[in-house]
Amino acid sequence: MTGNSRICRLSQPLPLDGGGALEGVEIAYQTYGELDGARANAILVCHALTGDQYLADTHPVTGKPGWWERMVGPGKPIDTSRHFVICANVIGSCMGSTGPASIAPDGAPYAMRFPVITIRDMVRGLVGLLDALRIERLHAVVGGSMGGMQALSLAANWPERAGRVLVIASTSRHSAQNIAFHELGRQAIMADPNWRRGEYYGSDAQPVAGLAVARMAAHVTYLSEEGLTAKFGRNLQDRPEKSFGFDADFQVESYLRYQGSGFTKRFDANSYLYITRAMDYFDLAEEHGGRLADAFAGTAARFCLVSFDSDWLYPTSESRHVVHALNAAGAPVSFVELSAPHGHDSFLLEHETLDRVVRGFLDG
Amino acid sequence: MAEPRSALRPDLAVIADHVPPGSRVLDIGCGDGALMAALRARGCDVRGIEIDPDSVERCVAQGLSVVQGDADNHLVDYPDGGFDYAVLSQTLQTTARPDRMLEQLLRVGKRAFVSFPNFAQWRTRAALMFGGRMPVTRALPVSWYATANIHHVTVADFRELAQEKGARIEGEWFFSSERRIAARGANIRAEFAVFELGR
Repeated sequence: MTGNSRICRLSQPLPLDGGGALEGVEIAYQTYGELDGARANAILVCHALTGDQYLADTHPVTGKPGWWERMVGPGKPIDTSRHFVICANVIGSCMGSTGPASIAPDGAPYAMRFPVITIRDMVRGLVGLLDALRIERLHAVVGGSMGGMQALSLAANWPERAGRVLVIASTSRHSAQNIAFHELGRQAIMADPNWRRGEYYGSDAQPVAGLAVARMAAHVTYLSEEGLTAKFGRNLQDRPEKSFGFDADFQVESYLRYQGSGFTKRFDANSYLYITRAMDYFDLAEEHGGRLADAFAGTAARFCLVSFDSDWLYPTSESRHVVHALNAAGAPVSFVELSAPHGHDSFLLEHETLDRVVRGFLDG
Repeated sequence: MAEPRSALRPDLAVIADHVPPGSRVLDIGCGDGALMAALRARGCDVRGIEIDPDSVERCVAQGLSVVQGDADNHLVDYPDGGFDYAVLSQTLQTTARPDRMLEQLLRVGKRAFVSFPNFAQWRTRAALMFGGRMPVTRALPVSWYATANIHHVTVADFRELAQEKGARIEGEWFFSSERRIAARGANIRAEFAVFELGR
């Protein structure tokens, strides 16, 4: 299907959790389906760390299908023949929304002068977009992984803006382990001699090696041992025996290198630094006096959380922690742990039960 | 979408009939949500806990709020007095510690409904007494080695436990072959029982 890509320039400066405000913020977004007369059938889908607004249409850089094309479309679980679906590139990212690669008021790219942002800042930008679209209340906000953090942040901070909140394979706070893996990626980028403190825009020498390593490390956290073993085992890549060198002897090495280099063609290294930082700072309980239930006090939304049993990045215990808090707040909440072999990435892959849960929750 | 009342299992029909409209209800071991749907149709605010993910999915698909979890471990997550009624239907005998489960029911609910198969019914007694074997009856259809029922209970035992836990018995209903029977001699005649408890 074809999207309807636009840029929304926010009329007001965007206040930031880290202090100050960002002027002239632009949000790039795609919409699918039609907004109804009451402007009440909108579903906001929030993307994950390296996702973007190309939710259900061909990605302009990679030429590949949208990242959740299997989930979003006419007659699909997020049904665009009934709902008006919005997906926006978060601030700090690099597919059209204001981020470190954008030109600052002085005419040069922000690079590392871009302010450090938070998940709530991203959501503030999304709410600005909803205001511009004159959508007061969403039928639902939906997100997986970092998208789930945004959905929770929206529910906690703008409780009147969404009737349903669907959070898949996500968490209310980044754990020490989550932060540790992100730090690994950031250090890989900053150790690349071409990174040059973020001042690489317009140069032929880009920090692609560091960014590729960051992606490879992160990619491992998105998969499960069972999934990797099933897909690659210890199979050798295009060779009958080990080379006794450091080429990609194993298929799994070759796969990671391919993932890493493909990623550098579509993503900005500085954006990776800023967005991983925003995720690391995420702690919804801390934002609400230390008690997660207080984040949801008085919410009128219905919640549904989904986890996958093989996800060790945001394991089921993280979802249960949120469910517990929602119960304590008296909010209507559903939760299901789905069985899937593919780890954290399961939310992007074919899963019939996930489809039924998503459809049932959005329509029920 | 709600099940017609007549399609409800007799113990669930009793519960549905005695929960006032508008009540907040937690259905523990809610299965595919039949009671929840009936209570919702009567204007109740209903939540469920269910261990089986497929059943949870069927509930979510009906727009019901159900949390996957096992009651033995996850009921402690629910706040004190958060519900007008806690319901435990045909599940008590499968819990790890029925006594603690009863405490939890009376903690999260201001009142509770509990239904269970009565192990003292004459058919069960007869199977043990004359056959010398663990009973396999209509109410207890699974062989001893495969059954989920790990703590069999009788009407008399349950009354005693309720008293021990300081619960008031506010109502009791007994059934045999789907038909309601009198309370007299229920411990030997009833196939299953429904109790309403207050605290």
